Amino acid sequence: MKVKAMKRRDFLRNSAGFGILSGAALSLGNYDAIFAKDAGSFQMPYDLVAIKGGEAAAMFDKGIASLGGMKQFVKPNQSVVIKPNIGWDVPPERAGNTNPDLVARIVEQCKMAGAKSVYVFDNTLSEATRCYELSGIESAVKKAGGTMVSGKSESYYHQVSIPGGKRLKTAKVHELILESDVFINVPVLKNHGGTTLSIAMKNLMGVVWDRRFWHSNDLHQCIADFPTYRKPDLNIVDGYRVMKRNGPRGVSVADVMTMKYQLISKDIVAVDAASAKVFGLDPKQVKYIGLAEQAGIGKSNIEGMKVNRITIGA
Amino acid sequence: MKQRSLRILRIIFAVLFLFLTSVLFVDFRELVPPVWADRILFLQFVPSLIRFITIPALVATGFIIILLITAMFGRVYCSAICPLGIFQDVFSRISIKIRLIKRYKYKKALDYLRYPLLALVAIFLLYGSLFMLNLLDPYSSFGRVFSDLVRPGIIVVNNGFAGLLEKFNHYFLYRVNLQLITWHTVLVPIITVMTVIGLSLLYGRLYCNAICPVGTVLGLLSRISVFRIKMNSATCTKCGKCSFACKSSCINVKNMKVDFSRCVACYDCISVCPENSIRYEGPFRQKNYISRTSPVSAPRSASKRDFIGKIVLYGMALTGISKKALGVTDTDRPAGKIPNDVHYPVTPPGSVSLKHFTDRCTACHLCVTVCPTGVLQPSFLQYGFTGMMQPHMDYSVEYCNFECVKCGEVCPTGAILPITVEDKKLEQNGQVNFILEKCIVYTDNTACGSCSEHCPTQAVKMVPYKDTTLTIPEIDKEICIGCGACEFACPVKPHTSIFVDGNAIHQVAKKPEIEELKVESEDAFPF
Repeated sequence: MKVKAMKRRDFLRNSAGFGILSGAALSLGNYDAIFAKDAGSFQMPYDLVAIKGGEAAAMFDKGIASLGGMKQFVKPNQSVVIKPNIGWDVPPERAGNTNPDLVARIVEQCKMAGAKSVYVFDNTLSEATRCYELSGIESAVKKAGGTMVSGKSESYYHQVSIPGGKRLKTAKVHELILESDVFINVPVLKNHGGTTLSIAMKNLMGVVWDRRFWHSNDLHQCIADFPTYRKPDLNIVDGYRVMKRNGPRGVSVADVMTMKYQLISKDIVAVDAASAKVFGLDPKQVKYIGLAEQAGIGKSNIEGMKVNRITIGA
Repeated sequence: MKQRSLRILRIIFAVLFLFLTSVLFVDFRELVPPVWADRILFLQFVPSLIRFITIPALVATGFIIILLITAMFGRVYCSAICPLGIFQDVFSRISIKIRLIKRYKYKKALDYLRYPLLALVAIFLLYGSLFMLNLLDPYSSFGRVFSDLVRPGIIVVNNGFAGLLEKFNHYFLYRVNLQLITWHTVLVPIITVMTVIGLSLLYGRLYCNAICPVGTVLGLLSRISVFRIKMNSATCTKCGKCSFACKSSCINVKNMKVDFSRCVACYDCISVCPENSIRYEGPFRQKNYISRTSPVSAPRSASKRDFIGKIVLYGMALTGISKKALGVTDTDRPAGKIPNDVHYPVTPPGSVSLKHFTDRCTACHLCVTVCPTGVLQPSFLQYGFTGMMQPHMDYSVEYCNFECVKCGEVCPTGAILPITVEDKKLEQNGQVNFILEKCIVYTDNTACGSCSEHCPTQAVKMVPYKDTTLTIPEIDKEICIGCGACEFACPVKPHTSIFVDGNAIHQVAKKPEIEELKVESEDAFPF
């Protein structure tokens, strides 16, 4: 904690000098050493929590409570970055983006746990201001006391090396991911034309600047490579509305099925595997899940896990 | 009314028009609602005229009002409304303030320059080309300077401030990605702004009276205008102050004549005259009829040299540059080096056809400013040499937002007509083409799907490929609207594996068919 605070101050001092003229490109040196890989000292009561049947915010409340509450993940005065999927300029009912009610509830929970600041951003695929607005996430986050940050300038992204990556050796990563104390990944579960499904690992493509490199260098491998650099501290998969086809953008509401699911885990591989099953697929059909498991990022065999299954309103 | 207040009035209008027009052209955060474009630009002469020819509607009558005003009061447009004219006054003022020049003096009109240039513009127009008009039109030139040069500068400053404020946890300003600026698209605005600033620093309104086609046309009309600047020979002491103050160098104190074809109705002369003997007068108190001065020999002609310089630079541009080098280059990928067979550039939605668009666009770049994605970029040779600077859909930079119709809402000439979002979603300005042999899935046997991912209509759809989990694009040209999302997203660079070829005449795309989703719900957890 103390180490990180120092880093941040250094960072501020370093970059203050760049000021107005340089504007576009802050070169901030070496970010590689920032994360001391702290395996959570807290013993999780469950490896995976699956909730169904309720509203998105209510499901999250129940789910996180069963893991000991948000305070297990966010300590007072920490900074938190939440990365939902805000890729498209479509309204919530199109299910192209994470449910805004869920994102807002997570912001509130972080605030209640004592977070100093809660940032939300995505490197959107459609025009950014429209995505933030139409998704409903910007207004929901602001109301909940969080801060929306832009992901649409290359100057926010800084080069890091990914020693564990097979194909993805370097990437430019958003400074919020590099600087924040807690990283919460909040993807939406949906169909994806290229990678079969977009869930938690795929959502991390929105924290880097150059996605095109991933697409042209074995997409599945790159998706599995990135978490070797940085695993989110918590993954919350929104399966409330699920885009069953034409993903990830979707054509109309006819692509969407209301499933009212939510999956929470520290293990990004487990949460992806469980989500694939919710979608109706075998995790083996989603290649990056297997690749990530091989790389030791997490486990995909849900049968051997401690799973908490919560049904609301049954 | 004290006539000295005419100058104040002129300055108030000038500041207002310059401010509003500038804001319109540098607004990179979409703060100005599109409807304001029409309100602010209503009186701009050239766009209004072109729009009137396209649709003779009330909204396009601004140029008629300008003609009437000119016939009544002279070239009020040039001093109070034309943004490039007012822009020059700023520099003329600076020039006097810093004593770069002490005073103006009477000069003969450069008729041998202004009329041939006007004729050249007319000849090009007769042959159906806006090229010369676009180069010289003051409104469009101003637009290009502010959209292509000032706006990026403001973005840099914004990013600097945003970066600082973020350190203090304020995020109301945010950093905006500065798009790559290529020299050949900013060449013309740079030459324009240097010419205009140079001339205005040294010679006042010489650009307006020797080069500007609008100035020349309005000058012809102002010869017969009802109200005009006149000198009273009874009270004039021939002190020359009016002539020293005249940015147009059109007051000849010696023979007490004002060349009203060059007078831009700034009223500076009135406010400096100690005897109140130079006045703005109607026909009823006419004492001397003022005839125009005739051109004789050439005074030192910086403008001419600049003009020749321009021609030379264009020549260089023509020979030195081929097609635009596109975006990020993945040098390891040989497939990206094979050029695609593109027949037509893509014009913005609402622009009807290639011909409609290129016949009307004066390249003011207002659409470039308002385009939220930045897909609209100034062209270089995409429309041919004479279409230079007219914006095109540059899918190497971005792609067209499915829900957006802003370019048509702001276009002042009617080159891009306003359309509804519903119509836009079916307006096909180009069609998708897919070259399998260049596709990553084909060449590398790895997953991609970037094109289909971005496609709003699923005209590009991923279908199973080989006996694996791989999928490969399949295209349906009929439902493609040509937005370029696939081409933008394709990682094969610079010549993408999937690309849009423009439709010379825009078509109506078929609506994507929407099938019911078969819903099977399970009660139990699947694990």
